[in-house]
Amino acid sequence: MRRLRWLLGLVFLVAIGLLAWLNPFPSLLEWQSPFLKHSFFVLFFCGLLCLWRILKGPTPADRAVGIDILGILVLGFCAILGIPTGRDWYIDIGIAWALQSFISTLALAKYLEGRDFDE
Amino acid sequence: MNEIVGYVFIIIGLAFDLFGCLGLIRLPDVYNRLQASTKSVTLGTCSILFGLFLFKGFTAAGIKAILCIIFILLTAPVSAHALARGAHKSGVKLWKKSVCDKYEEDRGVK
Repeated sequence: MRRLRWLLGLVFLVAIGLLAWLNPFPSLLEWQSPFLKHSFFVLFFCGLLCLWRILKGPTPADRAVGIDILGILVLGFCAILGIPTGRDWYIDIGIAWALQSFISTLALAKYLEGRDFDE
Repeated sequence: MNEIVGYVFIIIGLAFDLFGCLGLIRLPDVYNRLQASTKSVTLGTCSILFGLFLFKGFTAAGIKAILCIIFILLTAPVSAHALARGAHKSGVKLWKKSVCDKYEEDRGVK
């Protein structure tokens, strides 16, 4: 069972590497820089790991941690998309996303604390 | 020259993001996962934003990137601390091999 899990993880890593190398979606965005295509797939892989933790986490606190980390990752994603496409308004989306992620994380933490809100 | 340094900063940030997410998967405990992932992912995203600033220079987008760095450095530790406190109050157990739990002792004294 353990060996099967290692094998599945290896196949997953090889698939991500092949995606980054072969570049199957050339017309998805008008890329002007060939390097940043690969960074796109690295951040995509990080987001998949966070989604795995949100799906599988044994306690609700694990899921909250995954949501927090995913919020910060999306901000880096917006920052990277601003460079090759040459559009400056991606970073505006990033600022709004950071505000929303911070407030939602605080609300989740308050929800985790339970009944006694003020102490 | 600025673009090359920007690429270097973006590569460093991507490496920090990847290792933080690997820590989020592999570590055994909520507190360990929080400790590993929050700090390194925050630093990696700040590095990516600084790379964006090096690309754009002192235009509107570059200064917004600097503002974003300041905002993240202020808010990410606050949210991580609130999450750890909430997890501890909701009764999540520590890992078996953890050495000490100072917060539990403080709450016991009060």
